[in-house]
Amino acid sequence: MAVTKHTIVALVEDKPGVLNRMASLFRRRGFNIESIAVGSSEVPGLSRMTIVVDGTTTSVEQVRKQLDKVVDVVRVSDITDTDIVARELALIKVKATATTRSEIIQIVDIFRANIVDVGTDSVTVEVTGDEDKINSLCNLLRGFGIRELSRTGRGIRELSRTGRIALTRGGSNPLQAEKEASTTRAQKPKG
Amino acid sequence: MKMTGAQIVCESLLREGVEVMFGMLGGAILPLYDTLPQYPQLRHILVRHEQAAAHAADGYARATGKVGVCMATSGPGASNLVTGIANAHLDSVPMVAITGQVARPFIGKDAFQEVDITGITLPITKHNYLVLEASSLARTIKEAFYLARSGRPGPVLIDIPRDVFIEEAEFHYPSRVNLPGYKPTLQGHPTQIKKAAKLINEARQPVIIAGRGVLISGASTQLKELAEKALIPVITTLLGIGCFPESHPLSFGMLGMHGMVYANMAVDKADVIIAIGTRFDDRATARVSGFAPNARIIHIDIDPTEIGKNVRVDVPIVGDVQTVLAELNKLVTLAQRTEWLRQLDDWRREHPSIAIRESEGLLPQFVVRQIYEVTKGEATIVTGVGQNQMWAAQHYWYNKPNTFISSGGLGTMGFGLPAAMGAKVGCPDSTVWLIDGDGSFQMSLQELATIVQDNVAVKIAIIHNNYLGMVRQWQELFYGKRYVATPLSCPDFVKIAEAYCIPGLRVTRKEEVVPAIERAMAEPGPFLIDFMVEPEENVYPMVPPGAALSEIIEEPKTRLKALSDSAKLPTSNI
Repeated sequence: MAVTKHTIVALVEDKPGVLNRMASLFRRRGFNIESIAVGSSEVPGLSRMTIVVDGTTTSVEQVRKQLDKVVDVVRVSDITDTDIVARELALIKVKATATTRSEIIQIVDIFRANIVDVGTDSVTVEVTGDEDKINSLCNLLRGFGIRELSRTGRGIRELSRTGRIALTRGGSNPLQAEKEASTTRAQKPKG
Repeated sequence: MKMTGAQIVCESLLREGVEVMFGMLGGAILPLYDTLPQYPQLRHILVRHEQAAAHAADGYARATGKVGVCMATSGPGASNLVTGIANAHLDSVPMVAITGQVARPFIGKDAFQEVDITGITLPITKHNYLVLEASSLARTIKEAFYLARSGRPGPVLIDIPRDVFIEEAEFHYPSRVNLPGYKPTLQGHPTQIKKAAKLINEARQPVIIAGRGVLISGASTQLKELAEKALIPVITTLLGIGCFPESHPLSFGMLGMHGMVYANMAVDKADVIIAIGTRFDDRATARVSGFAPNARIIHIDIDPTEIGKNVRVDVPIVGDVQTVLAELNKLVTLAQRTEWLRQLDDWRREHPSIAIRESEGLLPQFVVRQIYEVTKGEATIVTGVGQNQMWAAQHYWYNKPNTFISSGGLGTMGFGLPAAMGAKVGCPDSTVWLIDGDGSFQMSLQELATIVQDNVAVKIAIIHNNYLGMVRQWQELFYGKRYVATPLSCPDFVKIAEAYCIPGLRVTRKEEVVPAIERAMAEPGPFLIDFMVEPEENVYPMVPPGAALSEIIEEPKTRLKALSDSAKLPTSNI
């Protein structure tokens, strides 16, 4: 079975309409995009786009090549098989009554998430992590009633070698468990 | 030196070697037109509809290999270009379209004659620009021409607001472009070329499928060398016609839905296919799952996205066709393929797909063949879309590159007359014949006025059957002969021509054909012949939609009848 989810990173010129060009391409070619995140890169004038594609419905190689063909796209790589750190941020507004609030806070603590806003009948939770972690938290909070949910899509960095060693050795690093969990190869082939 | 935006545009066009532009003006682009008298070297041809400007630039580009230029004003002017731009995009034709836009303060305000033409043409251009200051005009035009003609060519649109034409800026024409995201691969990978050579040298039954990429790359010589050196039969796609001389003993016609039976059989039985500058269009491959079942495929193309898009490929080579073939030719060896070539010759004898049957009536195939005879095969043929196009492809033989000009990918009816005009303007010394249908011709006949005003000596042959013939053929074969919306009443085309001061003749009988063509050739200017042909003549051979190349039908009407009786409607891309 082929890898299902692919992470594609594109370095694009920061010009008006670039996102439109990319989005138009996905629509026109019928590519199924799971998430897309855009932001400035370390190079002035260039932005970095991180796109997650479902490989079962879309030919990932075609996506990569078609993106590369867009004149404003400087470089495209499929980093699925590269060691990466992948993070996503989500803001979740959950219904909370006086009786359920403490239970929600407990769950939030377990996930090392934060409560960033409290109202009389709701709390807003901020959580960072890989998609599985965010999905799990959402599943748990769904029972209380999710009023609003906003997710950023996947942001990624290729893992530097030194960084990896330091994290593996530093047993007391509180982030270690989480990093290791989400620093697996972006998606391993199933079966 | 300070100049207005309009002057900068003209100076830049001159530096790109532009000689002629096809266009139609209006308010937003008026400042540019107002500057044209300062640049008499830039010939402007005023069309009667903007779509014709795009098709004319397209025909010009295909005939000359240069970049075609068309211009239109904002709003409806720009949106009327759209079909012509899409047509050029699908057939990889180098074109630059310049459109006027409303002045900068009005953009986004739904101003009079405002459309978002860069938004509209995003998916049908290679790239497009909205220029927001006069100081970036020169760089933009430099980039646009570079993009249009390099790599896999295509149309580039430049949208220029009215006040940018008027704004002054320093003019420096850049000597080079800086496009970090655009680097076409020209050299093929040596390992891949070696692999391809090995496959070719070991092949017993190879064929070459040559497409428009060979013409774009100017690689006819290299293609001929490959075919002759390794004794490989050459089959072309519709748009590849002319890239290999059809009089050559190794030429085996065209493949596809209306290709020759022997060409389709050769592809079906081949053990190695060398596909050169072609994108495996569905009209060429027929049902993909049944395409070349026994063949290993070598695919040479400059556009990496074409590799593996429609057909699985064993040896992909990304690069410029001419460069790749030059390398490949060094490695291929002469093989004795006597048996395979004899087999192909036998098929060609047994299945004479382009034989014209005996008939009392005037057959369209006969008309095309007579144009071939009278022009000694040396004319440039431009076609409409439909049956006329297929007959022009099948029954005229093309021996020189860029002498068959036709709308392939988009199949745009109405392409013929303006494209023929563009071709004749680009190649004034060539004889240019338009072979058009009565339906196609009526989609752009207003351009008769243009060819008269600018004295463009296009010879026009209308294949007049009072039907939208290709669709009628489908209705006959696959829709139980229900001729819905295909019967076509036509004006008196000879009188139409006369109204435009173009001499013309109507031909209804076989013996009148040759004298009429000769009369047209003797005329220094344009001439129109209205050929009243058998109304229900069909194009054969034909691969029914959804069938494989091997399931091609030569002409037995009974078999086709069976198909339509079982009401088996096509499910493929029709």
